[in-house]
Amino acid sequence: MCWGDGLAVPPHIHSIGGDVGRYVVRRSLQAIPMLLLISVVLFALVNIAPGGPLAGYGRSRRMKPQKAEMLKRQFGLDKPLPVQYVVWLIGNDWMRVDADGDGIAESYGTRKGILRGDFGFSFRTRRPVLGEIMDRLPNTVYLMSVTFAVVFILAIPIGMISAVRQYSFFDIAVTTFSFAGQAIPEFWLGLILILVFYTGLESPFTGQPFLPSGGMYTLEADFSLWDRIRHLILPVAAQALGWIAWYSRFLRSSMLDVIHQDYIRTARAKGLRERTVLSRHALKNALIPLVTMFAVDLPYLFTGAVFIEMVFSWPGMGRLYYQAALQRDYPMLMATLVITAGIIISSSLLADIAYAFLDPRIHYD
Amino acid sequence: MRNPDSTEHRPEGLATDVWRRFRRHPGAIAGLLVLSLLMLAIILAGLSPYDPETSDIPSRLQPPSWEHPMGTDPLGRDLLTRVLYGGRVSLLVGFMVVVISLVIGAPMGAVAGYFGGWIDNVLMRITDTVMTLPSLLVLILLSAILHEVEVPLFQRNSPMTIALAIGLLSWMTTARLVRASFLAIRERDFITAAHSVGASHSRIMIRHILPNVIGPITVQATLEMGYAIMGESGLSFLGFGIRPPTPSWGNLLSNAHQHLARHPWLAIFPGLMIFLIIISVSYIGDGLRDAFDPFKVLKQVGEI
Repeated sequence: MCWGDGLAVPPHIHSIGGDVGRYVVRRSLQAIPMLLLISVVLFALVNIAPGGPLAGYGRSRRMKPQKAEMLKRQFGLDKPLPVQYVVWLIGNDWMRVDADGDGIAESYGTRKGILRGDFGFSFRTRRPVLGEIMDRLPNTVYLMSVTFAVVFILAIPIGMISAVRQYSFFDIAVTTFSFAGQAIPEFWLGLILILVFYTGLESPFTGQPFLPSGGMYTLEADFSLWDRIRHLILPVAAQALGWIAWYSRFLRSSMLDVIHQDYIRTARAKGLRERTVLSRHALKNALIPLVTMFAVDLPYLFTGAVFIEMVFSWPGMGRLYYQAALQRDYPMLMATLVITAGIIISSSLLADIAYAFLDPRIHYD
Repeated sequence: MRNPDSTEHRPEGLATDVWRRFRRHPGAIAGLLVLSLLMLAIILAGLSPYDPETSDIPSRLQPPSWEHPMGTDPLGRDLLTRVLYGGRVSLLVGFMVVVISLVIGAPMGAVAGYFGGWIDNVLMRITDTVMTLPSLLVLILLSAILHEVEVPLFQRNSPMTIALAIGLLSWMTTARLVRASFLAIRERDFITAAHSVGASHSRIMIRHILPNVIGPITVQATLEMGYAIMGESGLSFLGFGIRPPTPSWGNLLSNAHQHLARHPWLAIFPGLMIFLIIISVSYIGDGLRDAFDPFKVLKQVGEI
């Protein structure tokens, strides 16, 4: 872990190319069984339950048993579960299927399977699931990116100052705030913000509510940057507060770890200015664990998106998922979960790889 | 040879020790006080003159007053009574989730950490996989499935069903924590000594290692309770948890959403209760962490 004081670089760093390369490959290969396991579990959950996935499909109209039987054959639900799983995964265009539901398999299937990006059709809208998700995903990513830009811009300086002035008034205030900030449910904070800034306060200029309570922009209005920003303020604030509390506390302890290390003393002994020591030497290393933490936190971010998009009528993936769940739109639910899990697993893969490059001290065995 | 630093205390000795250090944490004491008061109020909710589910239309949507300290809801029911009954759901779910995550997580972590090798590898890959699932989304899916079908044991709208669903998705941190502690402690001399006198694996795990892990487990269980309460209220807020007329802090808030503009008290009080309980629990957890110093054991063997 520790290398000699005289060495600028740890000795094993010269072999980093091969080392990290092998590590990246091994780590990527680990992600595949994880995704497969998740897909099996999801598939089992939806299909083993009595009623099966068609429970949500036939709900709107009373269905005759013959019709239900026919639908079952058309969807391939009369086949054994493992076969259904394989079809869901890789499609059925290589096998004969019973397209008209008369009990005779006569033509090749048309499904391509989720591995080839075919998530089937939504029960609710009868449109391809992937298209629906791709319509909404950018809105969620947009809201999350703005939120996390705000979170890091605020949390990094707060955590850093708090660590440098440990036990000062500022530090104690920050620590208290971080407990409080993490205890506020984001959906409640959202309601309170709407209460204050939409129903409570009026703009002194227009007499209209101070801030809009939902949506991404004013409908039937021309594009305006200011309008977009106004619509972002409340959802971003509601989601960001807890994360600012969490990351400022995390960075504070990470920074405290770093500033007590020998190389910081060395930097000070060289006569560097305190500012330089802290921002150049200490902060850089204190930020490294943040990369891993962010990857660990990603699942919770998607959780938060559901609440925020619900409270603020944000047309994103969280809201789409919520609506799909209300109507038991299983293809949509499964697709959203698989895609979300895929995003999360690949991000944590990226974070681990980034970590390997950022921190040459870690070993790959 | 006895190691003077080892955590070999008699049971009452450890408890006194922990309590002495816990008392020095002002936040933890305040949290314990608030939590006890809330729990007392929730337990005594039956003494309220109002019924939590019977509507009383003439006195609907009254602002807070002496008769109704938190006001009344759109059906004229006393909000304070409903909030206290909702607290029963939250505490029950919180407690059950802690039990479930201990029952699943502790043996899993213990076996993984104690035996290591391929067992550890398999168990930890499973843990990692469950950890990457966005739990709320899976809970919503589970709830949607359970709503559709009649499954024995899984009664709809019951706190137990919700607790089981949340519990199945929240044992992973406990498992990892227990594993790390077992991994560290199994290398120590007193374990080798136990092996040499012929103690069985299960005896070593339960009698020799487990007592050393009580600290981290207690801290984690406390925090887990907070997460579970937050999870239940979130799920109920979205309409996939406890459904009206049974009150729960989450569904009270979701009801308030529609009345936000003119009757804000409906939104303020249930949320305040969630906030108070979560912040108390996290301060208590922090106090326990300091009191137990759960990383002492790991530090002694050079794990951190």
